[in-house]
Order: sequence, then C-alpha cells, then structure tokens
Amino acid sequence: MSMSKDVDPIVMAVPAAPIVKSRRRGSLVWLFNPRLAIGLVILVIMGLGSMILPWFAPVDPSIQASYMRNLPMSGVHWLGTNSLGQDIFWFLVFAIRNSLALGVLVAVGVTLIATIVGLSAGYIGGRFERVVMLIVDTFITIPLLPILIILGALIRGNTSFFTVGLIIIIFGWAWDARTVRSMALSLREREFINMARFSGANTLQIIAREIFPYVSAYMVVGFINVVLFAINTEATLAVIGLSKVEVPTLGSIIFWALNYNALFTGQYVWLVAPIVATVTLFLGLFLTSTGFNQAFASKRGVS
Amino acid sequence: MGVLRYVAKRLGLYLAVLFIGLTITFMLPRLMPTNPVDGYIGQLQSRANGTLTSEAIAEMRTNLEQLYGLNGDIFTQYVGYLKRVVLQFDFGPSFTYYPQPVSAMILNALPWTLGLLLTATFIAWVLGNMVGLVAGYFHKKRAASVLEFLGILLYPIPYYILAVTVLLLLAYIFPIFPLSPTFPVGQMTPEKIGMIFYNSLLPGITLVLAGFGWNILSMKALAVATTEEPYVTYARLKGASNWTRMTRYVFRNALLPQVTALALSLGMVFNGALLTEMIFSYPGIGLIMRTAATGGDYNVLYGAITLSIIAVATAGLVIDLIYPLLDPRIRHK
Repeated sequence: MSMSKDVDPIVMAVPAAPIVKSRRRGSLVWLFNPRLAIGLVILVIMGLGSMILPWFAPVDPSIQASYMRNLPMSGVHWLGTNSLGQDIFWFLVFAIRNSLALGVLVAVGVTLIATIVGLSAGYIGGRFERVVMLIVDTFITIPLLPILIILGALIRGNTSFFTVGLIIIIFGWAWDARTVRSMALSLREREFINMARFSGANTLQIIAREIFPYVSAYMVVGFINVVLFAINTEATLAVIGLSKVEVPTLGSIIFWALNYNALFTGQYVWLVAPIVATVTLFLGLFLTSTGFNQAFASKRGVS
Repeated sequence: MGVLRYVAKRLGLYLAVLFIGLTITFMLPRLMPTNPVDGYIGQLQSRANGTLTSEAIAEMRTNLEQLYGLNGDIFTQYVGYLKRVVLQFDFGPSFTYYPQPVSAMILNALPWTLGLLLTATFIAWVLGNMVGLVAGYFHKKRAASVLEFLGILLYPIPYYILAVTVLLLLAYIFPIFPLSPTFPVGQMTPEKIGMIFYNSLLPGITLVLAGFGWNILSMKALAVATTEEPYVTYARLKGASNWTRMTRYVFRNALLPQVTALALSLGMVFNGALLTEMIFSYPGIGLIMRTAATGGDYNVLYGAITLSIIAVATAGLVIDLIYPLLDPRIRHK
C-alpha cells in the first residue's frame, strides 16, 4: 500500500530489460542501449548547436525590425523572418539555448533542495518527517499554474528571466523531495548499509561509498526530468504572456506567433519550427532519462 | 479500524492542503512589491486624464482598501479573508466588470471547465489504460512495442505544443474546425448545444492526447510487473485463458496504483485544462484567469485560484476515499 503511493510515471516507464550477463568492472558498455543512444545524440546536437551557433549570429535575434518583415524561407533567412522583423532561425537557436540554460539552472536548484529535504525527512523521521511530508504533499496537490499566473500578473514587466527560474524552483521541488525521501527510507533498512557500519565505516564514508553510487542513478534521471519540467513550465507561462516574453525561449516564440496570428496570415513556419524543435528536444530528454533508467536497472539486476 | 484510520488521515491532509493553499493565496500578493490598489488608482487616474485631486485619490484609496479587505493589520486581514472565503465564498466585486461579484463569474465558468475536463480525463484514462494493458501484457511481442512507442512519443510533449499542433493540423491544414471557435451563451437550444459540442472537440482532443501517453506508459510498466507475479503463472497453469488472465488477474491488480496516480496527477491535469482553455478561448476558469491576469483584475484571479485549489484537493479526496472500495486489502486490515 505504501509503495503504491510513490507512483512515478518516469520510473515506472522503465521496460524490463534483460540482465546483461557479461559486464566487466570499469567498462561502460552496460550503459549502452538504443534509447539512451538516440536521446543523447539528440541532446548533444541540440545542446552543442545552441551553445556554439549564437557566436555566429549576425545580430541579436531579440532585437525587433532587424530585417524586412514576413520574408519567406531563403538562403539568407533559412526559416524566413517573422512579423516583428526577426530572423526565425536565429530566434529559435537562441530560444533553445535559453530554455536549456533555464532548465539546467532550475534542475540544479531543485535537486539541491529536494535532496536536503528528502534525506533529512527520511533519516530524522518522527514528527519532523510527518510535518515535512505534509508540506510536500500540499505542494504536490496545489495546482501550480494558477499560482504562477498570479505571480506572473503581479510581477510582470519588473521581472528578469532569472526570477522566473527562481519561482519555478520554489514551487517545483516537492515531487523530487518525495522520491528522495522514499529512497532514503528504503536505504535505511538495507543490509549493505548496516554491513558497512558494522565494518567500521563512518557516516561520511557510508554516504560517499555506499549510498551515493546507489542514489546517483536516480539523481541523473530525476535531474533530466526536472529540466523537462522547468522548460515546460517557463514555456507555458511564456505562451500565455506571463514570462519575460522579450527573451527568446521555446515558449515566447509561440507567444509572438500566436499574438501576430501567424496562422491567419499563413506564416506556418513561425509555428511549425518551434513545435518541431520542442518535440525533438523533449523526446531527446525523455529518451535519455528512460534510457539511463533502463541501463541502471539492468546493471542492478532489478528490472 | 483500518478504513477509519485511512479516512481520518486523508481528511487531515485535505484540510491541511486547503489551509496552506489559502494561506499562500493570501500571502502572495502581500509579499509582492506591487500593490493592486496602486494599480487600480493608476488605471482610474489615466482614464480621468490625471484630473483627480490628491484628496480624491486618498478617499478612493480608503474605499478600495475597505472594498478589498486591505485595512487593519495583517492578522485581522487574514482572519477576515478566511472567514469570507470559507464561510461565504465571497471574493468581492470584479474590477473590470464592476460591480459583478467574482463568485458569480466563477460559478458561471465552472460547469464549462468541469464538463470538458471530466470528459477528456475519463476518455484518456480508459483508452490509455486499455492500450497500456495490451502493450504490457504482450510485452514480448513485437507489435506491442508499437503501442508503447505511441506512449513515448506522446508523453513528453507539453500541453501547449499539443494544443498548437492540433490547431495547426485540424483547423489550418485540414480545415475541419474553425480557427477561432465561438461559444454561444444564453438560452440553450439544440442547435447551440451542437455548436458547443463541435467547438469543444479541439480542446477535448488536446486533453485526451495529453493524458493518453502518460496512461499508456504507466499502465504498461505496471502490467509488465504484474504479469511476472506468481498468481498469474498459477492462473496460466490452472488453464485460465489469455483474456481471463489479462482482464481478471493483471488488469485488476495493476489498476489500483493507476487510481492513486490519477489522484496525484490531478493538479497537473487541471493545469493542462486551464492552458488548453486559454489557447482555444474556451469559456472556462482558464480563460477567466487569462483575461483577469492581462487586465490586472486581482479579485477574479484570487477567486479563480482559490477555487482551483479547492476543486483539485476535493477531487483528490474523493478518489482516495473511493480507493478502499477498490482495494480489499485496506478494508480487511
């Protein structure tokens, strides 16, 4: 019963992988599976591309009226220009970079908070744990979007892109804290921890040598999932105009396209390009996260 | 005994969620650097072309603070706020549509949201679980991985992308639906109801697609795990047919975590519904929120968010209270 409460779609989406019989210590072959490979290839191409390409951008794409408006696709403007006189290709490149950067930043913050809260709740236990878990469950239950809408309406215009990330951290740590805590609970009872303790290892050694290798798999997967969540949340806010829409992100590009009725004026590239980019990026992140999960599961031999 | 404890625990969580949620809603605007009253006065000032005298402004400020429950120290405000919201469901008047009360606006929009959300969630849940069950039960067959691939493809796509894609495909490339839907109001005639149904299909399809992928993936994983259980092997040795094993042995056991998962993901589902409404101009709570956010109509925003918290928390409570009826292990503890 208590297990069924901790349902995590990502963790559950791990397919039963066959246990790799021939695995040698020190070799990373066990990590390989098709999902992870496809996911990592997508991420590396999009990540590196969006980080290197901006150095070659002719102008900052967020500046309006750099070019003629509504130009079609051509050799100069690969994806044409939009109704604000911005090059769609370069806007998209900057958007992917900004969204990824925000995602990673939020994921660092969320992982930190979730690990501290989850581990302390799991290890201290007692009344402290009950109070913390009540707060965690409340944060999970409360619908996030309405709160973000209010915040967005209140601070609109006076906010920086950084603040948006901070707000997502404040309201996004609860899911992960829950996962970390259930992990801490199960680890507390494990034999190999007791074994290490009886062998004379101190707490720091246990955490570094026994717990961390075990938990790191989940942390990688959890980290990627938070990146997904953060990009998605910022983009959602941007689509309805409540983020910093002047900054190119995967959401703000759609906000401007919808605001200038790209569909009515027939500029479908303005909408299709970010859709394709977002779907590819999200698929890459998701495949990487489930691929890692699959690899770690088959390494542990629990599938 | 087990059931009573379970219900008491669940009720406690429900009350805590409501309390903390209402407190957050109360605190947020008061912690912000901008003050709604200043915003209103600024708007009125600009409408009057700056002809308002400072005495008039001061008087207006007192009136507005009175009207929006902003006078007195923060504790008095808090108690007054809880009293108004919990006992009277009163959020004061709307600023944009003064003097229409916020509660009436929200109650008008609520059936729209509930109708769309419940139908779409139900369809997505049933369809997704069926597909996921088949994909999980036959996970060794090649054809089943095609079904899972569908889930992998759909699950990570965010709501807004799904919404825009559906709009692009079904209203622009294949113009089956109008680009900007219209929702008639007033007296309902069969013709109007048909029109509402027709225009609700696009947001509905978006929501079903979004829930579909998630349900496939989690049901598939659960079904795979359940198929390995000894009692399923026993059933096979006993001679139970594939169909019986899949429906009676695997499905019923894999369903329980799915119910809990539904209760936990309600907040997310609700977020998606709000967003879908905004993109498709569907006249529910989401659209009200968007209009209020752009117009700075804070009372409407607080009303809508409070209602959202209450709705999601209550729905989660209802699902969790039905749970013991489905799971005999809790009843007989």
